[in-house]
Amino acid sequence: MSVATTHPGEHHEHHPSGILRWLTTTNHKDIGTMYLTFALIMFFVGGIMILAVRAELFQPGLQLMQPEFFNQLIGVHALVMIFAALMPAATGFANWMLPLMIGAPDMALPRLNNWGFWLLPPAAILLTLPFTLALFGIGDGAIATGWTFYAPLSVQGGIGVDFAIFAVHILGVSSIMGSINIIVTIFNLRAPGMTMMKLPLFAWGWLITAFLLIATIPVLAGAVTMLLTDRHFGTHFFNAAGGGDPILFQHLFWFFGHPEVYILLLPVWGLMPHVLSTFSRKPTYGYTAQVYSFIAIGVLSVIVWAHHFFTVGMPVPALIYFMFSTMSISLPLAVLFFCWIATMWRGAMSFETPMLFALGFIVLFGMAGLTGLVLADVAADAQYHHSYFVVAHFHYALFAGGIMGVMTGVYYWLPKWTGHMYSETLGKWHFWLTVVSFNLTFMPQFFLGLAGMPRRIPDYALQFAEFNAISTVGAFILGFSQLLFAYNIWRCVKGGEKAKDQVWESAEGLEWQLPSPPPYHSWETQPEIK
Amino acid sequence: MTTSAAQTAHSHHYFVPQPSIYPFILSGGMFLLALGFILKMNGFAPGPWVMIAGAAVIIYVLFGWFGKVIAESQGGDYRAWEDKSFRYGMIWFIASEVMFFAAFFGALYYVRIISVPELGNMVAEHGVTLYPGFTGAWPSSGPKGPEFTPMGAWGIPAINTALLLSSGVTVTWAHWALLKNNRLHLNLGLAATVLLGFIFLGFQAYEYYHAYTELGLTLGAGAYGATFFMLTGFHGFHVTLGAIMLTVILLRCLKGHFDSERHFAFEGVAWYWHFVDVVWLLLFVLVYWL
Repeated sequence: MSVATTHPGEHHEHHPSGILRWLTTTNHKDIGTMYLTFALIMFFVGGIMILAVRAELFQPGLQLMQPEFFNQLIGVHALVMIFAALMPAATGFANWMLPLMIGAPDMALPRLNNWGFWLLPPAAILLTLPFTLALFGIGDGAIATGWTFYAPLSVQGGIGVDFAIFAVHILGVSSIMGSINIIVTIFNLRAPGMTMMKLPLFAWGWLITAFLLIATIPVLAGAVTMLLTDRHFGTHFFNAAGGGDPILFQHLFWFFGHPEVYILLLPVWGLMPHVLSTFSRKPTYGYTAQVYSFIAIGVLSVIVWAHHFFTVGMPVPALIYFMFSTMSISLPLAVLFFCWIATMWRGAMSFETPMLFALGFIVLFGMAGLTGLVLADVAADAQYHHSYFVVAHFHYALFAGGIMGVMTGVYYWLPKWTGHMYSETLGKWHFWLTVVSFNLTFMPQFFLGLAGMPRRIPDYALQFAEFNAISTVGAFILGFSQLLFAYNIWRCVKGGEKAKDQVWESAEGLEWQLPSPPPYHSWETQPEIK
Repeated sequence: MTTSAAQTAHSHHYFVPQPSIYPFILSGGMFLLALGFILKMNGFAPGPWVMIAGAAVIIYVLFGWFGKVIAESQGGDYRAWEDKSFRYGMIWFIASEVMFFAAFFGALYYVRIISVPELGNMVAEHGVTLYPGFTGAWPSSGPKGPEFTPMGAWGIPAINTALLLSSGVTVTWAHWALLKNNRLHLNLGLAATVLLGFIFLGFQAYEYYHAYTELGLTLGAGAYGATFFMLTGFHGFHVTLGAIMLTVILLRCLKGHFDSERHFAFEGVAWYWHFVDVVWLLLFVLVYWL
């Protein structure tokens, strides 16, 4: 069915063209496109940084760079990938799809929405500017503490730490504005008749994400503010001489940092049931169970933070509490896995690119969950803490979970956004190259970690050489495979086979009732949900 | 909620504003402000000038953007449906502010309950004497911190508590007057609130001066000084913002804006003022008194 969505004579049909259109836009589709484009660019920026790191780690010994620069690349890689690639990609999905999916005319606060996006480029510049300044002899490069800013290293660090602190402040403002907008849109702009328990699961996933952002981003802002005053204004928050404690920083940071993992994953978990149900040609299994699992994971995520520093010397009762609360997250997560698999059970499945990525996601993200249980065990973590086992674990969570989830969404919705089909052949090549080279990169890192190789060290003992060489080869294949992804998107934007309104034959939801691509303003007259 | 949404949804199209350059310029201003601050802290001469440029851009945008919003509001673009969006938005913005203060209250809890006592009990717990003679009693500037006198609760802070609580009453008086279309009481109540807010800030400034010049209580006075100034300082900053916002609302009231039905801006600022009030009560009990 095609719904009339434009109203001739509406006063806001005209908008500036050229660059001004993008600088001034209040349209959720324009803003979503900017978020997604920015995320893709920063995905490559962060990727190039880590390829330099992997090149250095190809062989033992220092080959290409000094340890200081190595540390800068590692920290900025993480900050870029988390804050400038993965989070903006998810926010881009929300901007593009939420109004279409819930029958809203736009996001609830459109100018705030535009501000949320335009805060990102200044923050990205602040984050990476110190690299350039160092070339001109100003400062000693970017933040070299890793993305976690741990005191006292970050208190002693150079100008790069200040740049990163303000980058995080600005990114935080952006996230909070985006979250407020998403919450308000979901609460206030749903189509008449769409009760909360008829909300698409993608919207539920993002709703919980937005609550988590509002609860935790300000705490990170407070923590880095204390860091700033410790650095420049003589306070002693993280200095024992004045009665403070470096471990206080770890508590504050991970009160944000652990929920951040779910902030990166919940939008993807919300998207999965849509894709799995479409390509299994069956309704989503366990809608209610998934909603309650999202809520349970959201609540649990803010009370488990100290498992990131079990080895710091906490009292035993604290260790036990954080161990069991962490492990309890696997219960609602297992419910989600069960629902995903049950949705496919006895379905008439087909394997288009989005479905391939969804399946890859389930298998590989499952490994992240299982290795997470190992790290949640206090005794085992004493062995694996700060080793490559951790690096492998969180890349299974955030690349196979987060980024492959985002790729699932991109392939699933690209025809709706552009009005063209992407190349299925290129998509399949992209999937198989990604999934094989991803495992080639990160599977050896589990073994390196088990064998005792510490993370964030540019040199290593000779017995780690083979696995490191394999991992580097995998990383380069993984990195270059992503050019296929970018090319496929480019092709699809430029032209190709025309996409139907109902792009996928058994997909359900309001978004498929709109033309592909949807008109500039959609659902100005809201659909009625029966 | 769904039924009411259904009713409003059909009465008119949701207001989607025209394209606007203000958000982009505001981001640029924030970039300059941050860059200038970084340069200043690290001793680069252009720092303060870049900061001033950034602040000027931000102030320009605040006038332009809010001016536009006020014009749209007066022009009747916002009705019940949009009004509800603003209310939800303000509620969740204040929620994020609550969490910002929670970080600093968390730090206060941590230094008082965990780190300072642990440093004082080094002998008993770990069998070493790192800081002989340091007992870990609160208030403390830590084992190596400077001598200082903590701020008493029953002088200026108690007066300030009375001032802020009174201002909570006067803003409610103004609100009731607005609901009853009593413009005189509305303006009087708001003016009293603004006045109380600025008197509070004056006392706070005097208290800081007293702390720095006579008590030896500075940002550098260890755990106590850091938590004291960061908590009361960010609170004072929020009171300043609140008082400025109240002043704007007062000026709008004097121009005849708002009626008993539509006055989100008034209520949003009043909510913010009550939030600042509650934070102060926590500060008074946890920072000054206990």
